[in-house]
Amino acid sequence: MTERLGLMVLSALAWVGEVALFGVRALYEAFLPPYEFKETLRHIFEIGWRSTPLIALAGFAIGVVLSMHTRASLERFGAEAMIPAALAIALIRETGPLVAGLLISGRVGAGIGAEIGAMKVTEQIDALEASAVDSFKFLAVTRILACILAMPLLTMVMDFCGIFGGYVAEASISGMSPQLYFHRAFSLIEFSDFIPATLKTAVFGLIIGTVSSYLGFTATQGTEGVGRASTRSVVLASICIILMNVVLVKFIFFMFPVRA
Amino acid sequence: MNSNGSSPAIKLEGVSKAFKDLKVLDDITLEVAKGTGFCLLGRSGTGKSVTLKHIIGLLRPDSGHVYVHGKDVAALKGRELAEVRRSMGFLFQSAALFDSISVGENVAFPLRRHTDWPDAKIREMARAKLADVGLEKDYDKMPSDLSGGMRKRAGLARAMALDPDILLVDEPTAGLDPITSDEIDDLLVELKKKGTTLLVVTHNIPSARHIGDELAMLHDGRLIAQGTAEELDRSDNEMVRAFMRSEGAG
Repeated sequence: MTERLGLMVLSALAWVGEVALFGVRALYEAFLPPYEFKETLRHIFEIGWRSTPLIALAGFAIGVVLSMHTRASLERFGAEAMIPAALAIALIRETGPLVAGLLISGRVGAGIGAEIGAMKVTEQIDALEASAVDSFKFLAVTRILACILAMPLLTMVMDFCGIFGGYVAEASISGMSPQLYFHRAFSLIEFSDFIPATLKTAVFGLIIGTVSSYLGFTATQGTEGVGRASTRSVVLASICIILMNVVLVKFIFFMFPVRA
Repeated sequence: MNSNGSSPAIKLEGVSKAFKDLKVLDDITLEVAKGTGFCLLGRSGTGKSVTLKHIIGLLRPDSGHVYVHGKDVAALKGRELAEVRRSMGFLFQSAALFDSISVGENVAFPLRRHTDWPDAKIREMARAKLADVGLEKDYDKMPSDLSGGMRKRAGLARAMALDPDILLVDEPTAGLDPITSDEIDDLLVELKKKGTTLLVVTHNIPSARHIGDELAMLHDGRLIAQGTAEELDRSDNEMVRAFMRSEGAG
């Protein structure tokens, strides 16, 4: 039993090591020519722009719900005036980045895993190589870079839509004016709240792009393998994001102790 | 150097390859002279496609060397490997068209990657290559809209896009009707006349006789016969003679 558990841990560590090397190689090769600007921009559009409606809608809904929960809590202490600030801090520091990461992991991670996996099992990756194109750079590096660049932008969209959703919920209950709401919402927010929390989502982007590209490149066994690559991309990227979030939050608290 | 005194376009020297315990190629040595047609025959699963993948550097031999234009492909990396690959076109057995772009853009893909031509010229060239394989009207169709035979022809058009010195072709006529099959054979012979070196994997013996200046037969990963069609017809090996007598298409 202990031996089996040990083997499972070793196998999990080996997998993490392989994925980490894949990601490091991608980051290294991103700085080497030829630069795939056009392909990277195309993926930023596919990953970023096409995810915007989902992120905006989810952010709005989360803002409404958070506002209702915050009101229910703060009302007991007669601190309704703090609702906009409490909601903005919760959204910007944690809820927005984490939820955006998990949503993109679901929407984009599954897509990347399936797309690259399908290309692998149908020899399209070999066809790229035969056409003298570096398939790793063309398929993986471009997608990983796009995820890294798109994630902070999408997180800002989620933060804004969440705060706006909070305003709609608050205005419908208390009739608070938009000027007062947004003034209160941003009164306690500092750059040290916004910048590190938003930039940490670039790491989430790196995780999503790397895990899903790796699983696509290592897909085997036909369409079943493609399905597996797609599902595992979402599951493993989500787990990695949640675990990495713990490390990053600890790091942010360490770097910005005053605001912690 | 070969008997003509010129260096061969492709040379395999003692190439062996195994996947886990399965030995797929066993000490293969062969040469393909520049501007000639070489047909690799053999039953399914004897290592013909694996041989082609070694030549373009998709697989590396466990032992032995693969030379293309005198360069050891397995020893090349990065730009040098890309340079050698640019001199070759490869038609995959499954055609391996990029399914997210149109048929025309599949053919235009190598041109967009490796030339700085304007878009109009690239499209014109891609249309011309598609016309060569009888698909001039299918530029805007998606690969999923084509039949298996049409996909194969589109794959051949993509392989020819950069007018490569060497064309590696894996079963070009599989799944094609006899008339189209003959047209593809004629196209390959025409390319050979223009100086392109052909290495064709096929089960289609009439096609091999038409295209191949030299034929070779693989069996269980070993080269059991090599020579002209007439020489293989007179081979001591009954399996080779039986294979040469067959009219199997595809």
